[in-house]
Amino acid sequence: MAERGPPPDERLGTGTGPDRRGRSGEKRGARGTRGLPLPTSTEGWLLLVIVVICAVLGLATDTFLTLVNLFDLLNISAINLIFAAGLLVVLVAGGIDISFAVGASVVQYLTALAVMSLGGGSWASGIAFAMAFGFLLGAFNAALIHYFRIISIVVTIATFNVFFGFLMFFTRGVSIYDLPDWWLDRVILFEYETASGDFAEITLPVVATVAVVLATWVLLRRLNVGRQLFALGDNPEGARRIGVNIAAMHYLAYGWLGICAGVAGLMQAHYVQEVVPNALYGRELDVLAAVVLGGARLGGGRGTILGVILGVLLIAITQNGLNLLGVSPYAFQMLIGMVLLAAITTTNVSWEALVGRGARMRRSRSRA
Amino acid sequence: MSERGATGPGMSAPRAAPRGLDLAALLRTGRGEYVGLGILLVAVLVLFGWTTPRFLSLATFQSIAFQMPELGILTLAMLIPILSGGLNLAVTFSANICGLTAAWILQSLGGPEAGVAAFTLAVAGALALGTLIGWTMGIIVAYVGAHPILVSLAYMIFLRGVGEFLTRGGDISGFPAFVGDIGHGTALGVPIPFLIFAGCAVWWHVLLGRAPLGFSIYMVGSNIEATRYSGVDTRRVLTLIYTLSGLMCAVAGLVMLTRFNSVRVGHGEAYLLITVLACFLGGVDPFGGFGRTASVVLALVILQVISSGLNLLGANQHLATALWGSFLVVVMVARFVVLRIRAGPNPDS
Repeated sequence: MAERGPPPDERLGTGTGPDRRGRSGEKRGARGTRGLPLPTSTEGWLLLVIVVICAVLGLATDTFLTLVNLFDLLNISAINLIFAAGLLVVLVAGGIDISFAVGASVVQYLTALAVMSLGGGSWASGIAFAMAFGFLLGAFNAALIHYFRIISIVVTIATFNVFFGFLMFFTRGVSIYDLPDWWLDRVILFEYETASGDFAEITLPVVATVAVVLATWVLLRRLNVGRQLFALGDNPEGARRIGVNIAAMHYLAYGWLGICAGVAGLMQAHYVQEVVPNALYGRELDVLAAVVLGGARLGGGRGTILGVILGVLLIAITQNGLNLLGVSPYAFQMLIGMVLLAAITTTNVSWEALVGRGARMRRSRSRA
Repeated sequence: MSERGATGPGMSAPRAAPRGLDLAALLRTGRGEYVGLGILLVAVLVLFGWTTPRFLSLATFQSIAFQMPELGILTLAMLIPILSGGLNLAVTFSANICGLTAAWILQSLGGPEAGVAAFTLAVAGALALGTLIGWTMGIIVAYVGAHPILVSLAYMIFLRGVGEFLTRGGDISGFPAFVGDIGHGTALGVPIPFLIFAGCAVWWHVLLGRAPLGFSIYMVGSNIEATRYSGVDTRRVLTLIYTLSGLMCAVAGLVMLTRFNSVRVGHGEAYLLITVLACFLGGVDPFGGFGRTASVVLALVILQVISSGLNLLGANQHLATALWGSFLVVVMVARFVVLRIRAGPNPDS
């Protein structure tokens, strides 16, 4: 085993694979005995919080609930959502990765060099290159994790620095502006002019996001290998004994994240019209925060694509709302940290265990 | 089981091992680690002494002794959580926030004219805040049962955010002259920061090797459930682990304040990787339970020599970052190979 996994989770309704999670929490009603019918799933809570925040922002500002702003939100969240879908797969498989964002910058550079050496290329060759380079970077992580039994956080702390250090060293921090036309030309799939003359538009990254999210959903929930990924994350030794190919699962999980990162890198360069080597530096923490907020468990075996979408949206809406309310952008990271801490504390806490004389310690000590 | 046995790789000695290989025989003994690290240190010294003419001089070693404490104390803060099977990703930003606190207390009590009493208060404030940060982190890890990587990551994001919010990305400077004297002065020829580091290292050595808490830390790292069933209050131990880690971060933050004579959020951010590297190079088990302070300190000396050597060679900062990352991979791969040799022909038992 590459990683010693956690013992099966004992808490009700949390230590499960894809079968029990993912349905809307509210439908199953309240577990509480009195009072309001509160949601019982992470997704339900997120939806509730998002609705409340949207209502408050809609009342407090007259710009939040406008079509232009909502479409902007979608366009801004697109790249983080692509990253987040990939990261979910790794977390489900019981690992963690913090190297993917700088990996995406490496992919941007390599893809730019590759298509320019081909004399321009096209979307097809660009996407193929980005996915291939992304997969290779992910597979590098997977190989180290699997064959040398190194814990994933340590491997990816190392590769984070390797990727970023070499990228900055070889590029000398120089950006690429003269990208091929196909890469820079804005693709607008839906456009709507509001009465005030602003445009609400849906751009290409949103389409890529939908494709990646759908593909990830199919992988995790509709394919046999998806169930094997959950099995690996939930109980690595058990998964090995029932015949799951652990090496293949590692390559699949980290390779999938690599591919997603490659696509996200391509889309980010398309969105900002340039390739800047340190543009995505630090993005990994925002994405990780969103995915964890969405209910994916560090230690594996749990997480839904719906939760991830809601987690990314919650952070994007909060940031957007704070901007509209005129809160200092410096406060933003602090608030994200607070929200994340609150989420970790409330989703992991087992009140029965705390109250019940501490008799059973229901924590799963896992080593991701 | 004797405490000595529990604190070193000697515990794994009874496992069957193949005869023949001298290397294997050496590695099986508890002292193999020191021998290996000693050889590496000599190799690094020879390499840099050979490639850089100015390297083997008193000035180089004095600068090493001045530079090592920041990294060293942060590594000590990282060591105990790793020994317990966790990780504290918030070490650098905890140190920053504690340094900021001390800086504010000094600023509000007169800035450059502040007296010794103000400085004492600043130190006390920083240490108290570090302890508080660590304690709350420990409470969440121990009682909520959240994963230490996740909790410390959230703290890292939060503390960095707090620091950036309060300083707006700028730095705080303007301290009394004696603060700089602490960071740059020597006592009996030894740099004062190095004395502070040595004191902390000895404290950790005694705590981990002799104190009941140290024994519990190793046991929690080896098998937390078994430890709990044998009557140890594992929650209390986990809370104390992160509390001590937070306290050590505060010490590191104070040393940085005296060395740079200024505080900025993000100072020493790159140390995070190197603290992890130092622990694993020093033979600490990444899953927890095994590892010694002395060999981690030896690993630190090696890393600081490499760092100073790279500086003297004029290596590019980004290239150095990539090399540190590569070095961490190499160390982990080497560790895997060594364990294979130690475990014998059938490691998958």
